[in-house]
Amino acid sequence: MVGILQDKDRIFTNLYGFHDWGLEGAKKRGAWNATKDMLDLGGDWIINNVKNSGLRGRGGAGFSTGLKWSFMPKEVKDRPHYLVINADESEPATCKDREIMRHDPHLLIEGALIASFAMKAHACYIYLRGEYILERERMEAAVKQAYEAKLIGDDNVHGWDFHVYIHHGAGAYICGEETALLESLEGKKGQPRLKPPFPAGAGLYGCPTTVNNVESIAVVGTILRRGADWFASFGRPNNTGTKLMSLSGHVNTPCVVEEAMSIPLRQLIEDHGGGVRGGWENLKAIIPGGASCPVITREQAEVALMDFDSMREHRSSLGTAGVTVMDQSTDIVKAIARISYFFKHESCGQCTPCREGTGWMWRVLERMAIGDADPSEIDLLLDVAGQVEGHTICALGDAAAWPVQGLIRHFRHEIEERIHTYRSRRANFAGHAIAAE
Amino acid sequence: MSVRRLAKEQPSSFEFSKETMEKAQWWIKKYPESRRQSAVIPILWLVQKQEGWVSEPSLRAIGDLLGMAYIRVLEVATFYTMFQLTPVGKTALIQVCGTTQCMLRGSNDLMRVCREKIGPKDELSADGRFTWQEVECIGACSNAPVAQINDLYYEDLTPENMAQIIDDFAAGKTPKAGSYVGRHTSEPVGGARVLTDPALYDGSAAQKITKLPNSEPVAEKAPA
Repeated sequence: MVGILQDKDRIFTNLYGFHDWGLEGAKKRGAWNATKDMLDLGGDWIINNVKNSGLRGRGGAGFSTGLKWSFMPKEVKDRPHYLVINADESEPATCKDREIMRHDPHLLIEGALIASFAMKAHACYIYLRGEYILERERMEAAVKQAYEAKLIGDDNVHGWDFHVYIHHGAGAYICGEETALLESLEGKKGQPRLKPPFPAGAGLYGCPTTVNNVESIAVVGTILRRGADWFASFGRPNNTGTKLMSLSGHVNTPCVVEEAMSIPLRQLIEDHGGGVRGGWENLKAIIPGGASCPVITREQAEVALMDFDSMREHRSSLGTAGVTVMDQSTDIVKAIARISYFFKHESCGQCTPCREGTGWMWRVLERMAIGDADPSEIDLLLDVAGQVEGHTICALGDAAAWPVQGLIRHFRHEIEERIHTYRSRRANFAGHAIAAE
Repeated sequence: MSVRRLAKEQPSSFEFSKETMEKAQWWIKKYPESRRQSAVIPILWLVQKQEGWVSEPSLRAIGDLLGMAYIRVLEVATFYTMFQLTPVGKTALIQVCGTTQCMLRGSNDLMRVCREKIGPKDELSADGRFTWQEVECIGACSNAPVAQINDLYYEDLTPENMAQIIDDFAAGKTPKAGSYVGRHTSEPVGGARVLTDPALYDGSAAQKITKLPNSEPVAEKAPA
């Protein structure tokens, strides 16, 4: 057997799209089974079971999903409630929600109904990133099937009037931040809002709103069908469940796979990724959870587990479990510089530390990548990263700072060597000009 | 941030085609009546599908349609990078992902091929049929390196694949999208190692569930 999780315990049984994504196929694989019974047991039952399952948000932050739902007002007053599903999957290395939407869309729609019922919402918007055109068409088709089968819509078989609307963005990473996503959904620039008020108080159109990741919602139906204890039986306490993980970079067989939480990182790479290109000894560094997570070294990767707590112990983050593997051939400074360019490109420009800091960090890193820098600039870079981190409205500033901090923490010597090499070469080239200074 | 400006040369007018207008109305119905503005991104996208890019007159027409100030439409069109503010190649708009995950697997080589065959980045090719761009992560990292061409993803590419794809488009063909190493989707090369248990697909999961787990009646709370 490869990995830890057995086939019988997988939620996304059509992950690779070998089977029918449509309603018939999805039902045969267990979707929409006993959904009405779940609703009959009531919103509190649903929320309590989701809490008990230990499900933590799958979009990166890892906040308890059930707890988040319980923040919604208990009764609907003058403003309707909304569920908004964040399908703006844009964190580099993350490509899991795409597989759910194009191959198992009915699990998502079913989860949306259950979650909306629990939060007394009659409408759900699913916000897909603009590039996911095929995925969007697939979702529209699946929603249409669900309407026609009266699974959703007015007077549906579940007895809870419920509408799903597919929406899309147009290429802005920042719209994965929940309040930026809401701004975008309202037809504005995707610039994050100051919190409070939190979306549960005033979200979409000023109404109580919960924003959840695609995977967090799509697993709910199966959790309730098989029991919170079943889901909680995978992984370590506080890190329970199964999780879609994606492998990219220098592994022999990059792939997306559903695994048990807390699987050793090395086992994930060797069993599913076919090992590091050139063997484990050829490993240089790993970004465990999407581009914003700090890199970890081979020594750390040796013992790290794919869960929130283990990655935090290694001063990184599980994020979305999008693992980027880099072998010894990698120019690590250049690799992180490219991530810095990404954040510079995607900064929304609202907060000065992020707007200016991301570009500044990128330019310095590009120089460091060729060695054209002063050793004192390493500490300066660290200082600037620290000034961006925590001083912005949303977490993009933090996300831009962490990879830089991780690089300097583990690979400072490489930057220093590069500066040294560059300088010594220049000294030769320029004769005694530098030496004489 | 990326600095984006409208094209210097603009057409004098813009008309929604009948089809675009029908789709636009379909989008508008998805949102509460007083929130028509929510449809601005999908409608900008429809206009781009119709024209190939978004011009200033089209922004004004969208503003009129949705009851938005023109400046708000301009804000949106310049903020979101999928909107092309100048005309792009009508045969193929090639968007190569350049972010680290694709870079590690050779996207720089794909861009070199594009540069050689099409010309400088972000510019119309000499024959006006092609444009290539470097874009940020398009979310198919396990299939890196990836390029989005027109609407579809071309995955697991080599420089040779890229050259062939460009040649095929130039010859009037539409090369197949998806993986170029023979993968179905994102399973490992050589075949899926999981999801092989036939019991997952024999319909047993659809059998009626008589009693959901943890569904015993919970003791009622004492009245406050």
